[in-house]
Amino acid sequence: MMYNNEHFEPVITPNVTKPGCETLDFYIQNEDGYKALEKALKMKPNEVVDEVKKSNLRGRGGAGFPTGMKWSFMPPNPVDANGNVKPKYLVCNADEGEPGTFKDRLIFTKTPHRMIEGMIIGGHAIGSNKGFIYVRGEWHKEIRLMQKALDDAYAKGLLGKNILGSGFNFDLVIYKGAGAYLCGEETALLNSLEGKRGEPRLKPPFPAQVGAYGMPSCVNNVETFAAVPYIIQKGWEKYAKMGTERSGGTRMIGVSGHVNKPGVYELPMNLSINDIIEIAGGVKGGKLKAVIPGGASAPMLRADECHVLTDYDSLAKAGTMAGSGGLIVMNDTVSIPEATYTLLKFYEHESCGQCSQCREGSHWLARMFKRILDGGGTQDDLDYIAKICGNMAGQTICAFADAVTGPALSSVRKFRSEFDEMILKGGLHGLGRQESVSHEMGGAHV
Amino acid sequence: MALSEKIKKTINGIRHQFPTEQALLIPTLLEVQNDYDWVSIEHMKDVGEFLNLPLSKVREVASFYTMFKLAPMGKVDLQICTNISCWLNGADKLVACAKKKLGVVPGETTADGKFTLNQVECLAACGTAPALMMNEDYYENVDEAQLLNLIAQAQTDLAAGKVVGKSTRIEGVWP
Repeated sequence: MMYNNEHFEPVITPNVTKPGCETLDFYIQNEDGYKALEKALKMKPNEVVDEVKKSNLRGRGGAGFPTGMKWSFMPPNPVDANGNVKPKYLVCNADEGEPGTFKDRLIFTKTPHRMIEGMIIGGHAIGSNKGFIYVRGEWHKEIRLMQKALDDAYAKGLLGKNILGSGFNFDLVIYKGAGAYLCGEETALLNSLEGKRGEPRLKPPFPAQVGAYGMPSCVNNVETFAAVPYIIQKGWEKYAKMGTERSGGTRMIGVSGHVNKPGVYELPMNLSINDIIEIAGGVKGGKLKAVIPGGASAPMLRADECHVLTDYDSLAKAGTMAGSGGLIVMNDTVSIPEATYTLLKFYEHESCGQCSQCREGSHWLARMFKRILDGGGTQDDLDYIAKICGNMAGQTICAFADAVTGPALSSVRKFRSEFDEMILKGGLHGLGRQESVSHEMGGAHV
Repeated sequence: MALSEKIKKTINGIRHQFPTEQALLIPTLLEVQNDYDWVSIEHMKDVGEFLNLPLSKVREVASFYTMFKLAPMGKVDLQICTNISCWLNGADKLVACAKKKLGVVPGETTADGKFTLNQVECLAACGTAPALMMNEDYYENVDEAQLLNLIAQAQTDLAAGKVVGKSTRIEGVWP
């Protein structure tokens, strides 16, 4: 096998390049579609949860929390104060918006039934009869395709009442977001699903106790659900073997930035960042300078650190994170302070404003980076950036503030000399570089 | 002015899917945004009346999400992604090109009310950067020549009275 992993085979994307792969007929005929559902419906819910637990499937949305364990947190028979049974909800997080991440969009357009099947199995496992697919509102085309896939599944009796004669009922509803990065955070997503501002909630209570509409809920990522049919169909051992000791299966890695063949690659986890860059056609337009390995929130790595493996634990050990699998490659023509500012103005725009550390911090970080680019920075600024980051990370309701400090702190620490030079020579102009047109307006977005 | 019958019908059609009335707020505002291209304070009052929600609740939600425009927009909302992957792949050139062609800076609408130019954050199309949105339609791997073509095509379509950038809503084209 080209990836030096004898157990590897694509779990989610074996057929995504074939015409018609998004249709129900194709899925049933060529990919054993909904066979796993048939099998799962004959199993007891806790057996399904066990199977997923043993497979070592970890959440693919960014946090990497073990999926089976998350499912097992769902209370078996929740009742309210009057003794009435409470409904349980299963929620799919398709609010993909982490810069550098675009894998879920591929699943939506190319293999939607795999995700739907995973959700129905998930519903059976946690004892839920209703699922919501929370999609980012900008995906008009993708929503149309997913709605078509749902309609087809309903028509075939794969969704709705008495699925495949098992007596199990499950409904799926698409809910459109309206453009907020933060709604990818699970409790912000739940608030948005309730028609409120997408502001994260304090935990506890965790969603498994008080989730959507006050009911026990479980939120998983698109890719996580899409991996479930394979696990049930082929067994947990096969899936677990593909991965590392603590995380099973494959990962969808979205490679973007300065590479010759950007795109989504489904890969085993025992590859290094350098391997992945090679698979994506190598660095474009210069030598490798820096890589952001897991979506914009993951701290940057220098070129000399890119031998690190891309499983969750190896990346964590290297001081960064596997995140959502968005690998952003930058060549040596890039000015790191400028690239970091691009990210910081994004965070400045997307902070929900609930916690002052994050609201003020993300704003000040963007302002300070801009000042450095404009030639007004001082050495003190660099120390002050670290200080602001220290006041943000871990001090807020959600992990957004930690995410802001990822690029801010890692860029200054790992490329300090570049910042020093820029401050000394008077910003971008002093270095003979042009200011980016898109940076002129600062954070002036819609 | 009350909410249009069309919107009421759409929302009443999905009402049974959600346990609370407030859950319908974002779907209703999205319909308003689609039909009127922006969400005015009058619209918010109507939405509040329809869903039995106080205006403050409607307003706090409408002002939170980027897709709800709180001021009138051009007929074509040209949104160019300038986040990291698009920025690395030449989104700057697209912004400069659009600025020159339309004679406005990001955030502004052209004097004839046809185009609004915006910089937008990640559209989850990083593998096909640079990406942009024209109203609801995505365009990926865009270069300057293609951008100019898109603008020209939109101008022709607008002059012919056609709706621009909402291809997924055309009957028959999509499943």
